[in-house]
Amino acid sequence: MARDSNPEGFVVFDHVQKSYDGEILVVKDLNLSIAKGEFLTMLGPSGSGKSTCLMMLAGFETATHGNILLGGTPINNIPPHKRGIGMVFQNYALFPHMTVGENLSFPLEVRKMGKSEREAKVKRALDMVQMGDFAGRRPAQLSGGQQQRIALARALVFDAELVLMDEPLGALDKQLREHMQYEIKHLHESLGITVVYVTHDQSEALTMSDRVAVFDDGIIQQLSTPDDLYERPQNAFVAQFIGENNKLLGVVKSVKGDTATVQLDNGATTEALAVNCGDVGNRTTLSIRPERVNIGGRKTKMSVEGEVKELIYLGDHIRCRMDVHGNEDFIVKVPNSAGHTHLKEGEKTMLSWSKEDCRALDA
Amino acid sequence: MTDATTNDDGIVRAADGTPLKKRLGQALFRSRLRAFGLVTPLLLMIVMAFLLPVVIFLKQAIYNPTFESNMANVSPVLAQWDAVSEPTEDMYAALVADLVQARKDKTIGKVATRVNRELSGTRSLFTKSARKAKKLEAPYKEALEDISKKWVDIETWKAMKIASKSWTPAYLASAVDMKYNADGSFERKAEERRIHLKLFVRTMEISIIVTVMGLLLGYPVAYLLSTLPARTSNLLLILVLLPFWTSLLVRTTAWIAVLQGQGVLNDLFVVFGLATDEDRFSLIYNKTGTLISMTHILLPFMILPLYSVMKTIPPSYVRAAKSMGATNWTAFWRVYFPQSIPGIGAGGILVFILAISFYITPALVGGEDGTMISNFIDFHMRRSLNWSLAAAMGAVLLVIVLFLYYLYDRIVGIDNMKLG
Repeated sequence: MARDSNPEGFVVFDHVQKSYDGEILVVKDLNLSIAKGEFLTMLGPSGSGKSTCLMMLAGFETATHGNILLGGTPINNIPPHKRGIGMVFQNYALFPHMTVGENLSFPLEVRKMGKSEREAKVKRALDMVQMGDFAGRRPAQLSGGQQQRIALARALVFDAELVLMDEPLGALDKQLREHMQYEIKHLHESLGITVVYVTHDQSEALTMSDRVAVFDDGIIQQLSTPDDLYERPQNAFVAQFIGENNKLLGVVKSVKGDTATVQLDNGATTEALAVNCGDVGNRTTLSIRPERVNIGGRKTKMSVEGEVKELIYLGDHIRCRMDVHGNEDFIVKVPNSAGHTHLKEGEKTMLSWSKEDCRALDA
Repeated sequence: MTDATTNDDGIVRAADGTPLKKRLGQALFRSRLRAFGLVTPLLLMIVMAFLLPVVIFLKQAIYNPTFESNMANVSPVLAQWDAVSEPTEDMYAALVADLVQARKDKTIGKVATRVNRELSGTRSLFTKSARKAKKLEAPYKEALEDISKKWVDIETWKAMKIASKSWTPAYLASAVDMKYNADGSFERKAEERRIHLKLFVRTMEISIIVTVMGLLLGYPVAYLLSTLPARTSNLLLILVLLPFWTSLLVRTTAWIAVLQGQGVLNDLFVVFGLATDEDRFSLIYNKTGTLISMTHILLPFMILPLYSVMKTIPPSYVRAAKSMGATNWTAFWRVYFPQSIPGIGAGGILVFILAISFYITPALVGGEDGTMISNFIDFHMRRSLNWSLAAAMGAVLLVIVLFLYYLYDRIVGIDNMKLG
């Protein structure tokens, strides 16, 4: 899935900085190259700078420093209406005083397209999102999901090569949101457009994207494919932000090759994969995914005894909160498979994980 | 679904068999009663202190019983009379009897004033004759003719016939420059006496210009207010509201200081060489003065509804339009402006209705050609004491406003208006 991010990408952010008040940088030195046809998601908590980046790309905010290139040309001084970028807004921004058909034909009208050509394109775009019968309706007469589709069709109707989406599914309920995720994904694949997608929902980012840029504090914390992001987080923020994560804090005692020996805060010592833990003496966060913990088994160098604090039955798995190395919120997911280990509250059991699944990251 | 079942007759019924609609009505009755109780005090006040007086006053436009109630003998005779033939001796006898009675009741002055409105110069005729009426003897026609030749003039009798009708369209006709004749026909008043229609037209013209000017000046301000960050826009909003905290009279007099011949503005014109010292612009005590000061005074009423509507238009609409390739102007005209129309409608109709009945400002700065219909109504209320005509003009104004309201509803739609 990963496409190579050569510096001559379709969209390039080159040392871009943005400040609103001249004191605080909301985007600090952003370098990002997006290949043609890629689906790139900017993921991050609110205030992380991801939306600002999208607005700079669309032309509604100007970069304080640095260049943004689209297809090799700098677009800093090109006004938004000349950039030819399709955009889907958070609240859809469908014009309430126009019908669905008029909404879709608006971008074609301002391009001075002939009537018959307009009608054909509008019809094609509506059919693409399975809304062919709705051209005469007003946006207010449509449900949230239908408005979403229209907004999508409107961004695609004028054949933009680059489409930006600013949390487009935020207002939909869970089921519809998941359905639309697949639809957007399929449209992206069939049309071959480049999509830059902004969201704060990590599962959305993982489902849809070729690559995900995790934003925090105005910096891209990690830029990689969804599986890389989940399985090989580069720092504590990413590990914590993407998926569920168990944290153990400690100090690095020794580093041998890719193995770090870490003394945890409760005195115990364990080994971990040295990813981003620095030198001996540094504080480090060990990150372990709940589903990568094995229950029972023989005692090894990596294993530890844990006490079951709470059990929550979730159907496909059982969520088990345990006291491990003094961390009382250590979560272990026990799959509800035939012959799985039955635990009781208060019971002590051996836990183990492989070295690769315990990543020593920055503190 | 088990509690409400549909029978064969199609009526949805509650569990005990009563129709569900009736049940619901009973259940909601108490809350409706309470809601009504909450508005009752205001409703009573409006009915007693506003609606009732308005209705009573408007009734004067078509009902004036001064003559009929004080001249009880001659009034029925006048009603029979065809307004063409010579008045008979019986009519003169009835008239003399009424004159005697009216003098005794001290109501002759009112009656004389009433007839004088229909035919000027008859006031003294009535008061003079009433003084002598007691001593008159038959034949009354000759006796009255001795007092004044005017009594045998048929025009005097026609005027009396018009005045004797308590229910009369005469005032409404007069309000639109028509004359109501004794034989029940209408005709246009003589050219030099047509003043009301001109005044109505001028009132409409001033109101429309003030509304349009207010829109042109207020729209950009409201837009700026709605797009600025909250702190700045609140500060600017206070500046918009500031005139509300100053008396209308003070604001109008301030304009006199600015606009008069030796005023601030003219001084500046002279300094910058736009006018000579001898030939200064006359900006006040005319229509210009009325327009300038009324536009200023009514501007907040335009800005506030516009602002509150614009505040609800998300910036993403214009951004979406631009992202689709629309220039700034197209994005504004095709996307932003249509959505601000409810605010234009609300502000426009508010300013227009306030302007059409504006009184103090045109009275102070209007001069000859800047006065409006309300100034004339005031004149008839306080100076000429012709309340019926004042009521008739008020009624015509009310009809015009209601008609425009209806037009507005047909064209823009009343539910399309938003005040906040």
